[in-house]
Amino acid sequence: MATPTLAEVINRSQHHGLIARITSQQIFWVFMAAVFACLALTILTDSFATERNLFNVTRNFAFVGIIALGMTAVIASGGIDLSVGSTLVISAMTVSVIMSAGMPFWLGCIAALGISLLVGAVNGVLIAYAKMPPFVVTLGMLSVARSLAMVLSDNKMIYEFGPDHDFLLWLGGGSTLGLPHPLIIMVILACLTAFAFRHLRWGQHLFAIGGNENAAVLTGIPVARIKVSVYMFSALMAGITGVLEVGWLGGVTTNLGQAMELTVIAAAVIGGANLAGGGGTAFGAVVGALLIEVIRNSLILLGISTFWQGTFVGSFIVIAVAFDRFRQRRS
Amino acid sequence: MNVLELKNISKRYGAIQALDSVSLAIAPGEVVGLMGDNGAGKSTLVKVIAGNFAPTSGDILISDKKVAFNKPLDAQKAGIEVVYQDLAICNNLSAASNVFLGREPTRRIGPIKVVDYAFMRSKSAELFARLKSETRPRDLVHKMSGGQRQAVAIARTLLSDAKIVLMDEPTAAISVRQVAEVLNLIRQLSDHGIAVVLISHRMPDVFEVADKVVVLRRGELVADKKASQSSPEEITGLITGAIEHA
Repeated sequence: MATPTLAEVINRSQHHGLIARITSQQIFWVFMAAVFACLALTILTDSFATERNLFNVTRNFAFVGIIALGMTAVIASGGIDLSVGSTLVISAMTVSVIMSAGMPFWLGCIAALGISLLVGAVNGVLIAYAKMPPFVVTLGMLSVARSLAMVLSDNKMIYEFGPDHDFLLWLGGGSTLGLPHPLIIMVILACLTAFAFRHLRWGQHLFAIGGNENAAVLTGIPVARIKVSVYMFSALMAGITGVLEVGWLGGVTTNLGQAMELTVIAAAVIGGANLAGGGGTAFGAVVGALLIEVIRNSLILLGISTFWQGTFVGSFIVIAVAFDRFRQRRS
Repeated sequence: MNVLELKNISKRYGAIQALDSVSLAIAPGEVVGLMGDNGAGKSTLVKVIAGNFAPTSGDILISDKKVAFNKPLDAQKAGIEVVYQDLAICNNLSAASNVFLGREPTRRIGPIKVVDYAFMRSKSAELFARLKSETRPRDLVHKMSGGQRQAVAIARTLLSDAKIVLMDEPTAAISVRQVAEVLNLIRQLSDHGIAVVLISHRMPDVFEVADKVVVLRRGELVADKKASQSSPEEITGLITGAIEHA
């Protein structure tokens, strides 16, 4: 056999075929697990594949999926955001308080998303400029944002949303062409996020920061600015979910989104986001959220006590990380 | 013409004289081995050239023009590139992405600017070919050998029109085969008219590629001579102080 020339070696692809490339991805196997779980549930129970149940599953998973998109960005940049559940409730409370005071939806929505972005900006500035650990900053924000939501609403339940009441309920709880609106919005946001990750300099830079922050600094990437934007992006996703979830529930209390950060982190990690930074995809976040919701739903349908849910979600995070470690050691 | 000339560079940190009136001239394409014991002032000298901090006194001339660097970017614009000891590489990105890290080319699609991967790949393939390195632009750096990683870091310096490349201990922590690869890369740079300052502790590597050997001892330049007219024994003597001057 002739020795290949230098140009041939340089231009040769690392992967041999499409199938080899797909099956080498963790996300492919997670997706297969989700599909398998769905099939098993369809056979084992007569309640899974009903229209009503599927409608609920898709909508529930959309809420986790949207926030997981933001979480994936944060984790890929080497950080963590524990404040997403609280950001969700402060956004939900803001839109509710403004609308129940008789203001139109658009005003409430802009205010809610504005507050969310502000929460993200505070997180980001403390982390990027004051160089505080993300874990500490967002843990503090977890407490602060929820407390502010209580102050804002006087800890009362709100279920009257003024003149645009019906629109809000339609937006969060309605469907178009049989697809729940949160699901449609999640798909759109997932596509936008995937595009930003892959094709914008922002995406390249956030993965570079997660991979080797020192290198990012040395090559002149505006690390601090990118970090702030990443936490704002995460908060925005939580804020959008907050507005949608109010519409779905038709009412809001201050315990909305409690302990949600754990489910979201689990979804992101199962979807391939690397807690050490530098890895993660938008598609992975969505598939991770899907798997978690299907498992959660199956526990209910199979008659297992809901007390077990935390055990499953927690174990999932640990198993996903352990799996990743195992793979790294082997390579 | 000299690509870089230092005239009586001194650097003090309080009472400590880190560099004491160091003068040095480097010609285009010249490979200079910068040697000295720990604390002799090697890193200080490199940091002054790279613009990390200004000298207390003395002049820096690039292509016979006097310059003053206030930050590393100034030095970079003047054609000075640094290959850091840890290479400043992101393992999770492809070789092409690493070459263009921080200066990704974009093209417009309507109102948005997207990263031009096709250009990044073809340009880095061209740079790797120039360096005669078997490095594939699409591959993740994570799976690459030490030599290939060096090629990625060095290709980065070719991207901007570098006149002089400073390399900090490039052969310190890699295997023998990979050392040969790196020394080859240095020769390639030199062939392209780029001067290389090689900071190293490893005598055989320096004598293998360097045209000129420069020795620092306690902040003073004690030797500046052609490698072919010196020997490892002499340089060792100069580093330790057994030989006063050369």
